[in-house]
Amino acid sequence: MRRGPVLLVALGGALLVLCVLAAGIGQVNIPPDQVIGSILHRAGLDAGPRPAAAQGDNALWIVRFPRVALAVVTGAALGCSGAVMQGVFGNPLAEPAVIGVSWGAAVGAATVIVFGLTVLGNWTIVAAAFGCGLVTTLLVYAVSRSAGRTEVVTLLLTGIAVNAVASALLGLLMFAAGNDALRAITSWNLGSLAGANWDAVATVAPLAAVGGAVALGCARRLDLLSLGERTARHLGVDVERLRFTAIVLIALLTSSAVAFAGVISFVGLVVPHLVRMVAGPGHRILIPASALGGAVVLVAADMVARTAIAYQELPLGVLTALLGGPFFFWLLRRARHGSGGWA
Amino acid sequence: MIGLRVRRPNTPAPVPAGSVAVEVRGLRVERGARTVLDDVGLTVRTGEALALVGPNGAGKSTLLAAIGGDVASTGDITVDGKPLATWSHAELAMRRAILLQRPTVSFPFTVAQVVGMGRAPWAGTPLEEDDEAAVAGAMRQTDVTEFADRPYPQLSGGEQARVALARVLAQRTGTLLLDEPTAALDLHHQEMVFDVVRERAAAGAAAVAVVHDLGLAAAHADRVAVLAGGRLAACGPPGDVLTAELLSGVYRHDIEVVPHPRTGRPLILPRRSGPG
Repeated sequence: MRRGPVLLVALGGALLVLCVLAAGIGQVNIPPDQVIGSILHRAGLDAGPRPAAAQGDNALWIVRFPRVALAVVTGAALGCSGAVMQGVFGNPLAEPAVIGVSWGAAVGAATVIVFGLTVLGNWTIVAAAFGCGLVTTLLVYAVSRSAGRTEVVTLLLTGIAVNAVASALLGLLMFAAGNDALRAITSWNLGSLAGANWDAVATVAPLAAVGGAVALGCARRLDLLSLGERTARHLGVDVERLRFTAIVLIALLTSSAVAFAGVISFVGLVVPHLVRMVAGPGHRILIPASALGGAVVLVAADMVARTAIAYQELPLGVLTALLGGPFFFWLLRRARHGSGGWA
Repeated sequence: MIGLRVRRPNTPAPVPAGSVAVEVRGLRVERGARTVLDDVGLTVRTGEALALVGPNGAGKSTLLAAIGGDVASTGDITVDGKPLATWSHAELAMRRAILLQRPTVSFPFTVAQVVGMGRAPWAGTPLEEDDEAAVAGAMRQTDVTEFADRPYPQLSGGEQARVALARVLAQRTGTLLLDEPTAALDLHHQEMVFDVVRERAAAGAAAVAVVHDLGLAAAHADRVAVLAGGRLAACGPPGDVLTAELLSGVYRHDIEVVPHPRTGRPLILPRRSGPG
C-alpha cells in the first residue's frame, strides 16, 4: 500500500534529473551544473556557473527548455489520458492512439494546417484537435460498448475502423496540401517535438494541467466504476456525469498532446500498465503516476530521438511505436490468456 | 465543479424495527413488447429477512433492479418512506446496498480494496470513522480475511461471490438487496451467508435475497415471496406459503413438502421416481 507515494516521489525525482540532462544534451553540450546555473540566474539568483559554451544560454532558453517542457506536458497528458480512458472503458487495452482518438484529433489539427486557419490564433489548432478528438471519443465509446462493458475485440475493431477513416481523411488532406503544409503534416504524423516553442507550451500546458486536476478529482469514482456501471451507481456514483466528464477529459488531454507534437502512440498504454504493476490499480495513485511516468518516458525518448544519430532526428512517434508495439502485442496475448479467449 | 455537490446528502436516521424500509405498489416493468413484471406489490420491513423465490424468468432479478432504480418501471416504489426518484444516487447508497449476480471487477484490485469500495457512500460523513471496522467486520463475516491482499480477479467464483457480499455488508445500509448471494457457494458458506443476513435483520436491517434453493428460503427467511410469470403468486411466512400445491403449480413440477422433524420448518423435495 505504501508503494504508491514512493513511486510518485521516485518518478518526480527522475523527471527533474532527466529534464536537466535532456536540456544539456545536444549539438552544443551544456553540463548539468551550468543548466541549473542558467535557470538560477534567470530566476534572479546569482548562484551556479553560467553556460560556458557560446550561445549556450540562448540554446537553452530558445530551443532546449521549450522542447523539454513540451515533452513533459505532452507525456503527462498522454499518460493521464491513457489511465482515464482505461478506467472509463473498464479495459486495460484502451489507448488514445490504438482506438483512434489521437488520429481523430490529428485530422482536426491537419485541417487547420492545410487550410491555414487562424480564427482563434494559437488556439485554433488545439480547438480543432479537441473538437475532432471529442467526436471520435464519443463515437468509439458509443460503438464499442454493450451492456455496460467493452469487449476487447469490439474495442480493437472499432479502433481499426476509426483509424482507417482518419488516415483516409489525413491522406486526402495531404493530397490537397501545398508543399509546406505537406512537410508539416508528415513530420507531425510521425510524432515530433521539433516544432516546440514557448507559445506551444503556453497553449497546451494550462489545458493539460486543468485536465490532470479534474482527472485526479474523478479518481475515486473511477475506482468504483471498475465494479461495473450498475454497482458504481448503487454506491452513489452519478455514472452518466462521470462518463461525460471522462470523455471530455480524454479528448482534452489527447488533443493537447496531439496539437503540437503529433501522434505519439503507446505511451498512454505502456505507462499506466507499468504503474499498475508496481502500485496497483487505484486511480488516486495511477493518474498522477501515469502523468509523471508519461513525462519521464517522453523526455527520455525525445532525448534519444534527437541525439541517437548525429545531425539527424528520429521521429519520436516512430520510436515510441517501436518500443510500444511489441509491448502491446504481449499485453494482447496476456489479455487473451487471462480471459480464456477473446473476451 | 466536479465532485462538489449542490446540497449535502441526507444521512439516514435510525428507524424502529418493523417500519417500512421498501414498499412496492402496482409495479410494472416492460422490456420491449414483453411485460416482465405486472402489478407486483411488496412491503419489506426493517428487522425481517425476505426470500424472493420463483422459477427462471419469473422476474426476480428485475424486481431487485427496479427497487435499485436500474430499470424503468411504472407504479410506486418508496425507499425509507420517500419515492425512489426523489433520492439522489448518494442518498440511496446510504440506505440500500445491492449485490448483483456474477460480480466482476475490471482491474486487479485487492480483496481489501474491493471491500473498502463499499464504504464510498460514507466518504466525507462522520460515519467515515467506521470504515476500518466495517471492512474488517464484513471480511470476517464472509470468511475472506485470509485473502485480503490477493487480487480479486485471481479468486475462484465462490471466493469472488463472498468478497462481493463483504463489499455490500461493509456499506452498512439499512436495506440489503441480494441477488442470488448463495449461487456459487458451497453448503457451509451458503449457511454462513444466511446466518449473516439473519444477524443483520435481527440488528434492524431489512434484507431481500433472491434464492433458488427453496430449502434455504424455508429455513432462514421470515417471509417468502413467490414470483411466477411476472406476478406475485404468494407472500408470507414460509410455513404458509411454501405448500406442495402452490409450488407444484408455480414450478410445474410435482413437489412434496414435509415438516422438518425437529424444527417443523417445511422441507421441499421434488417427487422423484428413482430406485428405492
